Amino acid sequence: MFQSPLRKPLIEGTKTYQSITREILNPMVDKPGKLWYFGVTISSVAALFGLTMMAWTVWQGIGTWGENRTVGWAFEITTFVWWIGIGHAGTFISAILLLFRQKWRNSINRSAEAMTIFAVICAAIFPLIHLGRPLLTFFIFPYPNTRGLWVNFNSPLVWDVFAISTYFTISLLFWYVGLIPDIGTLRDKLKNGFKKKIYKFLSFSWKGSARDWHRHEITSIMLAAIATPLVLSVHSIVSMDFATSILPGWHTTIFPPYFVAGAIYSGFAMVLTLLIITRKALKLEDYITVEHIESMNKILIATGSIVGLAYMTELFMAWYSGVEYEQYAFLNRATGPYWWAYMIMITCNVVSAQLLWIKKLRTSLYFTFFISIVINIGMWFERFVIIVTSLHRDYLTSSWTMYKPTIVEWGLLIGTLGIFFTSFLLFIRVFPVISIFEVKSIMKSSGSNPTEKDQSHE
Amino acid sequence: MNERKYISVYFDDEKYLIQAVKKLNESNETILDAQTPFPVHGLDGLLSMKRSRIPVGGFILGFVGAFLAFIFQAWVFTVSYPLIIGGKPFFSVPTFVPITFEVTVLFAGVSMVFALLIRSNLKPEYRFEPLNDRITDDMFVVLIDSTGEKTTIEKIKSTLSGIQTIEIR
Repeated sequence: MFQSPLRKPLIEGTKTYQSITREILNPMVDKPGKLWYFGVTISSVAALFGLTMMAWTVWQGIGTWGENRTVGWAFEITTFVWWIGIGHAGTFISAILLLFRQKWRNSINRSAEAMTIFAVICAAIFPLIHLGRPLLTFFIFPYPNTRGLWVNFNSPLVWDVFAISTYFTISLLFWYVGLIPDIGTLRDKLKNGFKKKIYKFLSFSWKGSARDWHRHEITSIMLAAIATPLVLSVHSIVSMDFATSILPGWHTTIFPPYFVAGAIYSGFAMVLTLLIITRKALKLEDYITVEHIESMNKILIATGSIVGLAYMTELFMAWYSGVEYEQYAFLNRATGPYWWAYMIMITCNVVSAQLLWIKKLRTSLYFTFFISIVINIGMWFERFVIIVTSLHRDYLTSSWTMYKPTIVEWGLLIGTLGIFFTSFLLFIRVFPVISIFEVKSIMKSSGSNPTEKDQSHE
Repeated sequence: MNERKYISVYFDDEKYLIQAVKKLNESNETILDAQTPFPVHGLDGLLSMKRSRIPVGGFILGFVGAFLAFIFQAWVFTVSYPLIIGGKPFFSVPTFVPITFEVTVLFAGVSMVFALLIRSNLKPEYRFEPLNDRITDDMFVVLIDSTGEKTTIEKIKSTLSGIQTIEIR
């Protein structure tokens, strides 16, 4: 098989099909190490803290939050948008890169998709508790009722309900369809026992027949084709929650592409955070190589630069529009009482991505890990800046005020982080974290095994 | 042995599988199925498989979803409960687009996944036993129809004589 002399191998070491199966399934067969227990303990404590704060919110009401009459929407919507954004990288890797036939996606798509699902779950928690009365959540769906009322289909908030529930459903199906053959592999590796029975059930009696593979491939490609516009639509709709309002700083047409780029940016940062730990902890360095990390860092440069361009465009448009409210909104953002949040946003999002132009930095694991966390913090602050600085000083000067989050709100953020990491840690123990069959299918073309051509030249 | 309706040939590499399938096609054997640990490219054509119609189903159901979503929103805002929102027209097509799109994707995606599960008979089953435990790992198998009088193990062995196989039975 032809091997490009220019591209580095995507799988390192001499592999056989059997060794790929063994190495990727190791974490499911072996007992977990101390590090895993440590991680699960920390993250489930965080999750419990968050759940307590959620219960307190529901019990006591959203008066426990720092919102006031002017800033009626702050920490929770910030965190909601942040989580939804993180989810986007998973779909980007699994769908868009599949359509572009990027082989390097094959060893990272599974974990990225899992990340999407957990991130969307974390995001969905916020609208639920934000309603104040979670038991009435069904009000947001259009169902026939005795009042004869329907939801307002003109509202982006209702579009959001449809977008996010569709996004979650499609992501879950896409992820599970990809998992079925690998669960089959896991099933056949296990000796008899309870575990084997469960995997037998979950594998949907997959037998690897050529016809099944044919349908499986077509379905995956088609799901990728519909998930691609879907993922772009989801964050566009989220951005319209703000863009369709008349508030200075929100009322801009640049929002949909700006939000989508930001979403993919923060999502890739989160994928990097997770994978740099996972590859080390599960000894998967041969499959998630520095080449993969570098490719993802290149996407960080691209999306980070788009985000930087969007910030500059916003400033330019504020000046160029001649609207004094718009001009003040941006002046206030950069130099007002929340200047520090704006500075964090600029430093973490615009400056940090540009550092990755240096090859030494983007191939360094420690630096990448550090920068991925910096970007995640920066992207959280981006949403905070957009939401809070626009709200706290709007048209009516007498209503100007400040917003300060309470411990309950911090608890919600920490809690969703806990839920996210607990779910991810459980996931890497029960399902193959790398798509086994997809890695096997590129072993010959992108592995570092000597090919027949090499051998014949020797 | 006579009860079995097939002869199975095992390989440890997909290139032998492809060679064998070509040979078997030349000698006019009926190949029932091939089972592999990952999708082997080129096998679809050799087994003369028809292209799956799952995308067609997805397209139709997606269309149904689009139709239902649009009609429902239009009905709600013009017939069932016309609501004045900022003096805007009741029948405002642009605002129906996002939900119409989302429902289209939902219908298309869910229907294709269910089509895959139904067509490939994939369902949770406790009693399922694979042909061989290694097929999902590193082994490739071709199943040949042996109901005909002429197809015997000896004949298959001679047909595949030049190809590296693990086992023929």
